[in-house]
Amino acid sequence: MNENDQRYVIVGAGHAAAQLCASLMQASWKGKITVIGDEPHPPYHRPPLSKSFLNPQSPEPLQFIRPQSFYNDHSIELILGQRVEAIDRTAREVRVGKRTIPYSTLTLATGSTHRRPPIEGIDHENVLTLQTAAQAFDIREKIRSGNTVVVIGAGFIGLEVAASLRQLGVQVVVLERMERVLSRVTSPEVSSFFEALHQSYDVQLHTGVNVMAIDEVKGGLAVRTDKGQEFKADFVVVGAGAVPNDGLAKQAGLTVDNGIHVDQSNRTDDPNIYAVGDCCNQFHSIYQIRLRLESVQNAIDQAKTVAASITGQTATTNTLPWFWSDQYDVKLQIAGVSTGYDQCLIRGTAEPGQSFSAWYLKSGRLIAVDAINDSRVYAVASKLIPARRRPALNQITDNNFTPKELLQSASEVDHA
Amino acid sequence: MTKVTYITPAGDEIVVNSDEPNLMQAAVANQVDGILGDCGGVASCATCHVQIDPQWIEKVATASDIEQGMLELEDNVTENSRLGCQVKLTPELDGLVVRVVGQ
Repeated sequence: MNENDQRYVIVGAGHAAAQLCASLMQASWKGKITVIGDEPHPPYHRPPLSKSFLNPQSPEPLQFIRPQSFYNDHSIELILGQRVEAIDRTAREVRVGKRTIPYSTLTLATGSTHRRPPIEGIDHENVLTLQTAAQAFDIREKIRSGNTVVVIGAGFIGLEVAASLRQLGVQVVVLERMERVLSRVTSPEVSSFFEALHQSYDVQLHTGVNVMAIDEVKGGLAVRTDKGQEFKADFVVVGAGAVPNDGLAKQAGLTVDNGIHVDQSNRTDDPNIYAVGDCCNQFHSIYQIRLRLESVQNAIDQAKTVAASITGQTATTNTLPWFWSDQYDVKLQIAGVSTGYDQCLIRGTAEPGQSFSAWYLKSGRLIAVDAINDSRVYAVASKLIPARRRPALNQITDNNFTPKELLQSASEVDHA
Repeated sequence: MTKVTYITPAGDEIVVNSDEPNLMQAAVANQVDGILGDCGGVASCATCHVQIDPQWIEKVATASDIEQGMLELEDNVTENSRLGCQVKLTPELDGLVVRVVGQ
């Protein structure tokens, strides 16, 4: 098929969709692009929603990834506020309301949805999740200084919301089911640091507690735990992880298991359908395991891979995953994925007000680094990990060696 | 409105008048090539690397430690390098000239 006749449809209008459009335009691709998103906005930056965006005193507008003029100038069709209901793989078309839209190539960039754990009262209108612009607007409008908010879940979203609300004069209670905060993504050492950090800002943090019920009481909500505690709240924010939006793919008969399975080019088992971002699950060559990543970086890099595949260029795949989280005046930057580490080295002092880093190794190989207020270490780690290089262990923990020196002295490690 | 001239990696001069809060967002809003702002403007990705024209460097606030750390290992880093997202557009910077490093 002539490139001009190609019809490319992207389901989902988040970071990946914006990057797909940008990369295809950069490659001067000549086909027709349609982006279909169920939110009413063109792709926007999601991470600020749990941070600076929440401030009602200086309400920020949504920050669009590309201006509207970008889509107009390139004749990219945006169908917004509508949901794709079905994919017909034989006819190669998607159904949106009463419309059917044909595709020659389809990409599923449907993202993930925050979980609402099965708790009595979880569906109350003042029990909120924070993932979309509409949800963030809703929370921003509800915030009053002196309010009390209970946050269920101490992952990134929960802790970022806690920090943002606390800085706005809101009383914050954080309830976490596991024995420590951020348990899914970091080591006990780094968890302890974030626990101390939030406590220093007078966040009431309770770990190892299960929420049993959220009841409506006079003047608000009461959150009850299995330890017999009861916390009053004006509203509740739930940050209890996310599930991939892979229902459409499953319904279309594609392989789905904790996300849509894709190959190294992000192709599903249908050669005309790709999947990218939070909704997909891919074998990662650096880690030699399947990963389903929820991050801006992953959405962007996988979008670049797909754009390269569509335009017949050489695709970079399996780039280093990276993440960040901003809480109070602390910047956490994570290079790599620490899952399965067998050794953790701490460089610096893990106390509030300090910068430090946690270096994770598996069978002697550096697999991830958490850098707290230390962007130099983060930048160095980002170069070392994909190159399979590692500094001497005694140098990692010795601040007399600068991050740059660690980079220079590192050698290739060929275990794992 | 603050006027900024971006010199792209291809050598084109793009002049914008912007109400955006910083150099990165002003560039993205005006489709300036080579400035991406993947992290949304929190000094986490270094995809908005610019070099401030030497004549303007005195007027631009110095980079924070986090920002300097993000720049140090970047290609084509100079003493005038900044992350565009960390350079606030103020009236004092009206007329600013920057070179876009690009990726």
